[in-house]
Amino acid sequence: MAREQHRSGAGQPAPSREQDRSGAGQPAPSRTTRIPTGTRDVLPDEMRELRAISARMRATFEEAGYGEVHTPALEYEEVLRRGEERAAGARYRTFDEQGDVLALRSDMTIPIARVVGTRFGTAQPPLRFCYFAHAWRAVDRGVGEPREFLQGGLELIGAQAPAGEAEVVALTIAALDAAGLRRHRVGVGDGSLYRTLLGSFDVPAERQLPLLEALSRRDLVGLEMGARAIEELSERERELLMRLPELRGGPDVLERAGGPAAAAVEGLRELHGLLEGRGVADRVIFDLGLVRELGYYTGAVFEVYDPAVGFALGGGGRYDDLLGRFGRDLPACGMALDVQRVHMAQAAEEALE
Amino acid sequence: MSGPLTIAVPRGALFAGSLDLLDRLGVDTAEVRDNDRKLLFADSGIVTMRPSDVPTYVEHGSADIGITGKDVLLEQSQRKVYELLDLGYGACRMVVAAREGSDPIADALRRLGRVRIATKYPRIAAQHFADTGRQAEIVEVKGSVELAPLTGLVDAIVDLTATGRTLEENDLRITEEIGLCTARLIANPVAHKLKADQIDAIVDQVRGR
Repeated sequence: MAREQHRSGAGQPAPSREQDRSGAGQPAPSRTTRIPTGTRDVLPDEMRELRAISARMRATFEEAGYGEVHTPALEYEEVLRRGEERAAGARYRTFDEQGDVLALRSDMTIPIARVVGTRFGTAQPPLRFCYFAHAWRAVDRGVGEPREFLQGGLELIGAQAPAGEAEVVALTIAALDAAGLRRHRVGVGDGSLYRTLLGSFDVPAERQLPLLEALSRRDLVGLEMGARAIEELSERERELLMRLPELRGGPDVLERAGGPAAAAVEGLRELHGLLEGRGVADRVIFDLGLVRELGYYTGAVFEVYDPAVGFALGGGGRYDDLLGRFGRDLPACGMALDVQRVHMAQAAEEALE
Repeated sequence: MSGPLTIAVPRGALFAGSLDLLDRLGVDTAEVRDNDRKLLFADSGIVTMRPSDVPTYVEHGSADIGITGKDVLLEQSQRKVYELLDLGYGACRMVVAAREGSDPIADALRRLGRVRIATKYPRIAAQHFADTGRQAEIVEVKGSVELAPLTGLVDAIVDLTATGRTLEENDLRITEEIGLCTARLIANPVAHKLKADQIDAIVDQVRGR
């Protein structure tokens, strides 16, 4: 279990004796010197551990041919919007001298898509990039989630499904091995599966929305009510819509998704074969109800878990339409890990040993 | 997050029904029933808490699954927990209630353009009045909400009621019903994946599959 919760900002080391002494005789720190909620200072002990984790993950990525890139923290908002209609959740904006709107990036996937479109216009795919960079997102009032977080991730551009997925998932597992985790798992689903099913059952678009919203919250009670409210569905179809989010586990769940879903999970079955070849199939959980919030995913979606903590360490997926919006129409997939959460999982695993 | 499931069980109105359910699922609740003050029961994996804390513990993974009211889930809709089952028991209605006799809500809206509402559920109340196109000023109170309209603090209240008796005894009358709230089974998102078999066994048993 997560003994120290990320939400509370706990987990900061107590000041060492040395620091206490250096502060002796100084006035007490001012209580009014605040930093924005959801941000924090990182002190040397934690910084050293975060650096070590990043270094091991980076070495894994570099060894596999993923060169590190860095992009500006600020992008033109219209560029982020071109990648995703809600600018991938970017919330912090300012204006420059010309009145253009700048936004703090909310992930690295859109900036890297821009880099590929502008700087690698003719380079021979596949292209492989990794990054370790901060991103910013708004949080609900009073929840205490971080607004600023350090992401470490990789993007594989120009690789088709399912070979690209297999490489990204296997490298994620290897990077977390290198970071010192032992019990991590990657959940794999198909972000468009549910929408495809609803379409194949001729559910009109406006009636799909409540079901898709219930699914993204995993409100299975609401999902069942929503499915029962659509009278045109046959009992079989309704049953499949209600049961699909419960289908998660080993490759046998792919067999259990019958009917129209069976065709849609064929890609996941192929992916399982490739993951077996890479020796990581036992680390993967197939999860047919898995959806990710960002709008640019077009196929497989991922989420990373560790049994020592109750929150996902990161996620990703396939985004075959994104690069085209920046001038290079290439399929792609990637993964982003929250380095601080990886650190918390590593600490929690250590505490359990 | 290995070993048996940790279950967050709400004390209060849902407590007895939840323990009965756990008995039927084969969880030993004898020790919980015998101990009013103890909170954590390691042998059975039960942790007891107030209902509104259940989503917090489950979201953070300190409990794998939990039982709480739909009212709590609506009020804390930002919590990242999975809602697995409607358990059916503990049914209560979320209602708007005002003083007997006049129609203080309509009067306030007509003359002052807004209505003042006291509640322990500010999010549900704000949403309900926004959905119905009425401006409301929400006053959050912690204790007996019924007092607020009687003293003139507010025009009406939004509260949860099982029988409506407390409202009646305080000369309050239900003017609108917002929804029915029953006990729900919720799960931590990571536990839902990594302890799928154990959680599914419980869900199947409750459903009678």
